[in-house]
Amino acid sequence: MRRAASPEPTRRAVIGAAAASVLARPALGGTPPRVVVIGAGFGGATAARGLAAGGVDVTLVEASERYIACTGSNAVVVGLRGIDAQTFGYDALGRAGLRFVRATATGIDATARRVSLGDGTALPYDRLILSPGIDLRFDAIPGYDAKAAEAMPHAWKAGEQTLRLARQLDAMPEGGTVVLSAPANPYRCPPGPYERASLIAHFLKTRKPRAKLVLLDAKDTFSKQKLFEAAWARLYPDVIEYVPLAAGGAVTEVDPAGMVVRTDFAEYKADVACIIPPQRAGRIAAQAGCADRSGWCPIDPVTFESRLVPGIHVIGDAAIAGAMPKSAFSANSQGKVCAQAVIDLLAGREPESPKLINTCWSLVAPGHGISIAGVFHPADGLLADVPGAGGISPLDAPEDVQAREAAYGESWYQTITRDVFG
Amino acid sequence: MRTPLPGLALLAALTTGAGGAEMRPPPGASSCTGCHAEGSAMGVLAGRPEAEIVGALDAFRGGTRPATIMNRIAKGFDAQESQAIAAWFAAQAPR
Ligand SMILES: Cc1cc2nc3c(=O)[nH]c(=O)nc-3n(C[C@H](O)[C@H](O)[C@H](O)COP(=O)(O)OP(=O)(O)OC[C@H]3O[C@@H](n4cnc5c(N)ncnc54)[C@H](O)[C@@H]3O)c2cc1C
Ligand code: HEC
Repeated sequence: MRRAASPEPTRRAVIGAAAASVLARPALGGTPPRVVVIGAGFGGATAARGLAAGGVDVTLVEASERYIACTGSNAVVVGLRGIDAQTFGYDALGRAGLRFVRATATGIDATARRVSLGDGTALPYDRLILSPGIDLRFDAIPGYDAKAAEAMPHAWKAGEQTLRLARQLDAMPEGGTVVLSAPANPYRCPPGPYERASLIAHFLKTRKPRAKLVLLDAKDTFSKQKLFEAAWARLYPDVIEYVPLAAGGAVTEVDPAGMVVRTDFAEYKADVACIIPPQRAGRIAAQAGCADRSGWCPIDPVTFESRLVPGIHVIGDAAIAGAMPKSAFSANSQGKVCAQAVIDLLAGREPESPKLINTCWSLVAPGHGISIAGVFHPADGLLADVPGAGGISPLDAPEDVQAREAAYGESWYQTITRDVFG
Repeated sequence: MRTPLPGLALLAALTTGAGGAEMRPPPGASSCTGCHAEGSAMGVLAGRPEAEIVGALDAFRGGTRPATIMNRIAKGFDAQESQAIAAWFAAQAPR
């Protein structure tokens, strides 16, 4: 194993370095530096575990009573799995050597380095990590607000929304029409809308004869496009109608009472409408001053420290991570790297330039998996693709390879959720 | 609620324990365990001989070993990085 080149720092040196790294807080004294993490999802829970394993005093703040994972929730939408398989408690996190606080973070004072909680208490921090995920933008599509999402679910935050869409699909008439709309980039889970389209098409083909799916897209290209389109042509030629931006795919208005979805070119009457609206970083990020005009958070690619607010790190969906997609896999990779960087910064050590991996598997039909992978490193101030690495599954992958990819995807889901929440 | 760790315990952890400089995973290694974790169908890397991991990465990179995904991942690491990652996993207790 590699030994540190410099001699072990003395107690004073380490405390001194930590103090310097938190802008010379006067009263640091003998108390160890405190790290607060907001959001116990794939990013935040991973980072908090990493910090706790490094012996850091860490408090993890989470608003929800339980975590309902989005990953795999497209299968819940079409009745292929239950919501229970997506649901995790936080008990194990409370036993992971960290302080788990069930509360909503309502405000951040970045100058005083303090997080206010919904119950009126406050948590001081030396470094803060935000992994709040996304907020749906209910101001982006005329007619599509939180109320409209009851008639036209987004199901882009798993839970009641997922079950609502599942019930609506189950109840729809044979020969009916499903309208599914995908937003422009960037958004949570780039291949997610197309996996959902595939699984809904499979559901319609097997359960609702003659029914159709219209997929309206606010862009012209998308993740794993060749693989999805090949699968659609092979498996669902008479079910899916794909309308890209250039053909008028951008939704300009919805009428939830009439179940109508409008574009500049056409009007679609839907039996079931799933509208995935544009998104932004979870609101606490903007409240902290970490979000830019895009609604997302620019970060340093080595430490994930905010480019806008020193002392606050942003990981997961909320961050602008360059070429890295907004995925649970990315959030988990980033959580580990960010935890190590924070440990290094607190100890007055320079963090190493990291490498991170992302992989997203999707199902084009039950048991038929495809994937996209990438390896990323900091380049020109952003996380960039390592040239020559990554890419998508081969177009001509035989059935047994597709079956293995589906099984690996499921195995990943089982192990990652056990690692993070188990 | 737990009481915070005393400063000395933290110091020990930061300098010599998990997460300290000597224990820093080499770049990329912490992402491998997203898939190669205990109980995964993709197998565990901790405790595997260094030469075996290096050899596998080399073969994935060169396309001589069949893969669904490791060929695409191994190409993101050069020989030196692969060596460092392999040594780090080899030094861990098998799980
Ligand atoms: C249909 C669908 C399918 C997907 N499939 C995959 C897949 O196959 N593979 C994959 O890798 N990714 C997938 N994803 C993406 C994945 O779910 C997200 O990228 C991932 O959850 C991001 O993690 P995060 O930590 O950034 O946010 P989250 O997991 O959303 O966690 C954020 C947490 O922060 C909490 N929080 C927010 N604000 C506050 C506050 N102010 N105070 C306290 N707590 C707060 C929230 O309650 C939440 O628990 C999918 C997404 C969807 C919608
Ligand atoms: C996205 C999931 C994923 C990630 C991330 C990943 N692997 Fe793998 N690994 C696999 C799969 C799947 C296999 C089986 C071969 C295949 O189908 O690609 C495998 C096989 C291997 C093997 C051969 C195992 C054996 O039983 O002989 C080694 C060694 C290996 N990986 C090393 C690594 C290293 C090192 C990293 C990090 C740089 C890594 N892997 C990251 C999925 C992953």
